[in-house]
Amino acid sequence: MIEIDAVTKVYGTQTVVDAVSMTVPSGTIAVIVGTSGSGKTTLMRTINRLVEPTSGAVRIDGEDNRALPAYELRRRIGYAIQGHGLFPHRTVAQNIATVPGLLGWDQKRIANRVDELLDLFQLDPAAFRERMPHELSGGQQQRIGVARALAAEPNILLMDEPYGALDPIIRAKAQEDLLAIQARFGTTIVLVTHDMEEAIRLGHRIAVMDAGKLLQYSKPADIIAKPATPFVKELIGAPERPFRLLSLVRVADLAEPGEAAGAPLDAGLSARDAYAELLWSGREAAPVARDGAIVGRVRLQGLAKQAARPS
Amino acid sequence: MAQGISTAATGGRVALDKLGVILAVLVAAGAFLLPFATFRANRIVLGEPRSLLEALAPAEAWALLALVVAGGGVALLRMPIRVKLAASVGVLCALLVAVGRAGTFLTPEGNTFARVSPGSGFWLLLFAFALMMADALSRLALSPGKRLAGLAVAAAILGAILVSGLWNDLSILKEYANRSGAFWREAGTHVLLAFGSLALATASGVPIGIALTRAPGLRGPVLNVLNIVQTIPSIALFGLLIAPMAWIAANVPGASAIGIAGIGAAPALVALYAYSLLPVVSNTVVGLDGVPRQTVDAATGMGMTDRQRLAQVELPLAFPVILTGIRIVLVQNIGLATIAALIGGGGLGVFVFQGIGQTAMDLVLLGAVPTVVLAVAAAIVLDALVEMSERPGVREAHA
Ligand SMILES: Nc1ncnc2c1ncn2[C@@H]1O[C@H](COP(=O)(O)OP(=O)(O)O)[C@@H](O)[C@H]1O
Ligand SMILES: [Mg+2]
Repeated sequence: MIEIDAVTKVYGTQTVVDAVSMTVPSGTIAVIVGTSGSGKTTLMRTINRLVEPTSGAVRIDGEDNRALPAYELRRRIGYAIQGHGLFPHRTVAQNIATVPGLLGWDQKRIANRVDELLDLFQLDPAAFRERMPHELSGGQQQRIGVARALAAEPNILLMDEPYGALDPIIRAKAQEDLLAIQARFGTTIVLVTHDMEEAIRLGHRIAVMDAGKLLQYSKPADIIAKPATPFVKELIGAPERPFRLLSLVRVADLAEPGEAAGAPLDAGLSARDAYAELLWSGREAAPVARDGAIVGRVRLQGLAKQAARPS
Repeated sequence: MAQGISTAATGGRVALDKLGVILAVLVAAGAFLLPFATFRANRIVLGEPRSLLEALAPAEAWALLALVVAGGGVALLRMPIRVKLAASVGVLCALLVAVGRAGTFLTPEGNTFARVSPGSGFWLLLFAFALMMADALSRLALSPGKRLAGLAVAAAILGAILVSGLWNDLSILKEYANRSGAFWREAGTHVLLAFGSLALATASGVPIGIALTRAPGLRGPVLNVLNIVQTIPSIALFGLLIAPMAWIAANVPGASAIGIAGIGAAPALVALYAYSLLPVVSNTVVGLDGVPRQTVDAATGMGMTDRQRLAQVELPLAFPVILTGIRIVLVQNIGLATIAALIGGGGLGVFVFQGIGQTAMDLVLLGAVPTVVLAVAAAIVLDALVEMSERPGVREAHA
């Protein structure tokens, strides 16, 4: 659990982070979203003390993060940034081995961990271990950046616009991978982005920042349904609201007994994608399949109900 | 050679090489207008010029002339770079052999007073074909390893010529023969001055550069002072140091015991060190500044201490730029160390200034030629090292 307690950061005369308090429960993803310059990065960097707050405190599992020397704290917290920040003079394996090396793991354990992580990110260890960062594609570099951040099995992972430089297809894949990894290891993640779409897709909770202030910190459905300020509403985009709500639900949750014609939809599909598919194929309803077996159907009407403003 | 020009010009269809036109003019002047060698009855009388055809036995003279003209032709015309390289290396070797043969040919049997030295024509030809070779080499863009191998081959050829005694009848080697002990002693001093000041400058300049990146307020003042030092003319700096160094020698206990004095090697070393500091410090600063901000941020964010980050990330990434500073210093100091002789610091400059004093140009060459050879070799070696230390991908990351 990360508790950010009345954290303020002042640079000169500018209050970059203004009395922000928020709690990230263990094993959840909190996404900090806001326009550029709103103080997201600064707020996130107070967690691993790359920024020391002017006032306020950050506690991790109840303990003030100033209890340890900063470098020891940072070795326990994964850190991945936009443009990955890989060391250009070190191989992929050496990059991933950075924190385990700092922690003094033995060579064999490090080598095993490197291979394990490469496998986890679907990169063949034999082919990638000895490559240099410049020999990788942007998406591969980004994956190595996250693998490096996870190398010492941290409970907490900080990510600053990790997908900012990726094209939409690679980005969607990377987001899927992150959700899978988070679900598997129960990592507590704080992720900074300026993209509300990404925030809604990834966050268990979303923190909306503007000019250093935390405007709202809620579950995605609440942010969409009950924006705290006009700015939050604008950030979500009024015309997008129904579709953003739909994107929070899976077809499986909406399936009802019954039959329907045509190609089945996968139960894991988001309601938004299902809605688009029904509109496109001109159907009123479609069968829902899980692991190849039909488990029910969804109807256009049912989906539309989901998209309406919650009462 | 003149023939080469007219054929190409009247033919109209033969493509000319731009640099080649200049080279061809130089070659023509060197081969036909200027003396290939100079003959003197003894080491200080005025020399008599000997043209290429007079300086060698007829068969050798015509063979060399044919080679030189052919080489000029290759320079003039557009041809594959490898052909140009082969031609220039071939003619250079022929010139080096021929100048030794001219020494033997022009020295009367048993006469130990007569002096034969390379003439301006020889130097011009050497310059023209060296330029042609350098141009071909740079256009071939050889790998650092190949360049080092080339340097080793050139050194081997030079060594073989010296050992074979081919040049023993040339004035410069006669001067050497008369003072070989002094030559090696001064050469040793020269190398010690150049490398010693470099070592001191590296050992102190890199930490200073690191400190400047950590304390940005100091950066401007310190770099300005070092800049001003660089602008002091070398002779003035050597002179300026005499008084304070003499004072130190007289007043600091033990200073004179370790060789510190107003004149001699100590002030020379200090002056060279002062000149060396700016390139090393400023390249360290530039190199460290050039390390991508994100890379530094990632290193800190993952829990490296300041020292670990410096040693594992910043210095390795800045290394090629720092090495470039070291290269500048070394080549500069090999040249500047010549002036140390003026304040009794020794080095190859001793022969240069003795030679000027005695109007014995051969003696000047005995000091100057090894200095130039040393500087060129140092430049080639360090350029290769700089290139080998540069890592692909690092520079893109800077952008
Ligand atoms: N080290 C610093 N010194 C001075 N101002 C800073 C510093 N870091 C950030 N700022 C300023 O704080 C504001 C918020 O920055 P940042 O947290 O990076 O915003 P975001 O990540 O939301 O784009 C910006 O106006 C930025 O210029
Ligand atoms: Mg930011």
